[in-house]
Amino acid sequence: MATAATGLFRSSIGRKYLMALSGLFLCTFLVVHLLGNLQLFQNDGGVAFNLYSAFMANNPLIKTIAYVNYAFILLHIIDGFYLAAQNRKARPQGYAKVDQSKSSSWSSRNMALLGTIILVFLIVHMKSFWFEMKFGNMPVTTIEGESYKDMYSVVVEAFSQPWYAALYVVSMFAIGFHLYHGFASGFQSLGIRHHRYTPAIQNLGTFLFAILIPALFAAMPVYFCLKNL
Amino acid sequence: MKITLKVWRQKNGKTPGNFNTYTLPDVSEDMSFLEMFDVLNDELIRKGEDSIAFDHDCREGICGMCSMYINGRAHGPLTGTTTCQLHMRHFKDGDTIVVEPWRASAFPIIKDLMVDRSAFDRVIQAGGFISVNTGNAVDANSIPIPKEDADKAFDAAACIGCGACVATCKNASAMLFVSAKVSQLALLPQGQPERNMRVKKMVEAMDEEGFGNCTNTGACEVECPKGISLDHIARMNRDYLVSNIVD
Ligand code: HEM
Ligand code: SF4
Ligand code: FES
Repeated sequence: MATAATGLFRSSIGRKYLMALSGLFLCTFLVVHLLGNLQLFQNDGGVAFNLYSAFMANNPLIKTIAYVNYAFILLHIIDGFYLAAQNRKARPQGYAKVDQSKSSSWSSRNMALLGTIILVFLIVHMKSFWFEMKFGNMPVTTIEGESYKDMYSVVVEAFSQPWYAALYVVSMFAIGFHLYHGFASGFQSLGIRHHRYTPAIQNLGTFLFAILIPALFAAMPVYFCLKNL
Repeated sequence: MKITLKVWRQKNGKTPGNFNTYTLPDVSEDMSFLEMFDVLNDELIRKGEDSIAFDHDCREGICGMCSMYINGRAHGPLTGTTTCQLHMRHFKDGDTIVVEPWRASAFPIIKDLMVDRSAFDRVIQAGGFISVNTGNAVDANSIPIPKEDADKAFDAAACIGCGACVATCKNASAMLFVSAKVSQLALLPQGQPERNMRVKKMVEAMDEEGFGNCTNTGACEVECPKGISLDHIARMNRDYLVSNIVD
């Protein structure tokens, strides 16, 4: 069984199962992450957001899911770069003239480039918030007599800087284009395709994952940046 | 019409190649793309030059030999056609057309525009068959097959092994071809006994030949002259998972 499993995940199709499973898991994570972060828009000086971020940092179940999430991100990145390298090797000499615009979408041809932009974003993002929350020197706030790390003011301060807001907006475009192809592609990689359901999956990928979710994420830094002007 | 051709010339797999430019002053728009090459080769031979090597056989869109990457697209600007079925009326007077061979490490160049596609044969040899003991021919209708399944299997069987899917794929992946060859048997009752073994062996052979991975860009389906559908790739993805679990 062990050898069967390693054989499976060494094959081109098996590696795509890993890509799809990790990618689609990250998509569900994105939804949960967005719903939580929308509390930034509550006009309460950050009370709801700070309670939420303390809950996320301390709840054992959330912590476990977070570690699964990190593992999937790593798997997705490593597998993605491995596949991209293999694909280059499959065509050592390229064409002098290529016209792929009529046969495939730009996103589908640039998944590794888009992924690399997302990776740069993730590093900055984790440094500013995850690392600070865990190891940094956080400001403290008091809510109903108890003291909490004041994540809200850290976020607001970061988002008020125009360069930071700009990085977010660019990165959310990258996520949008990555998922414009990626969400539906993940289902195809797992063999889930049906003439009735596949168009619905593609629409969900386009309208929810490529447009609405990145737009709402981008709205947060834009809102705080404009507020600070 | 006047056509300028930039054609990839390469003596063999070991020497590097380059583009040569040829001008044809009087091309008829009723010529097929290959007939234009016949005219050009005729002229080259008359001048004592080396003619351009290219593959062709049936010239009616059914053998899959005529591999040419024309102006950045497999088999040229039309979808659903082979090079032999492409006519010069789809180009304009004065056009410059770039013609290259299929490029993939699994399809080494033999000469000029001719590539070695025997990797496809080896993938089929790995499992693209049904083992039956010979004996009397069985009556064709003795095994009932739902019409819809028969139609889908027939659609998969329409693949002519031309390699346009590999040529057009940004990863040089052979998934469309292999999935067509897996599906045409997986959809029929006669293909069931070897169904799991077949998909495993053929995917393994595909990987060994050095084709790329599938990113689901869908370019293969658009450029395939026989309209082979991505449905078959999804079916192969399912079958491969099942075969690894049960087999
Ligand atoms: C961290 C940096 C990331 C990198 C380097 C990366 C890289 C890639 C690459 C190269 C592919 C294409 C694989 C292929 O089909 O050959 C891909 C597919 C995909 N990615 Fe990412 N990605 C990243 C982040 C993300 C994130 C954050 C999400 C989701 C929120 C995501 C979701 C997906 C999905 C759903 C697919 C489609 C899987 C498939 O085609 O089967 N990726 N990624
Ligand atoms: S799947 Fe289509 S493009 Fe690929 S070899 Fe078969 S006929 Fe040619
Ligand atoms: S020569 Fe047979 S398909 Fe073109």
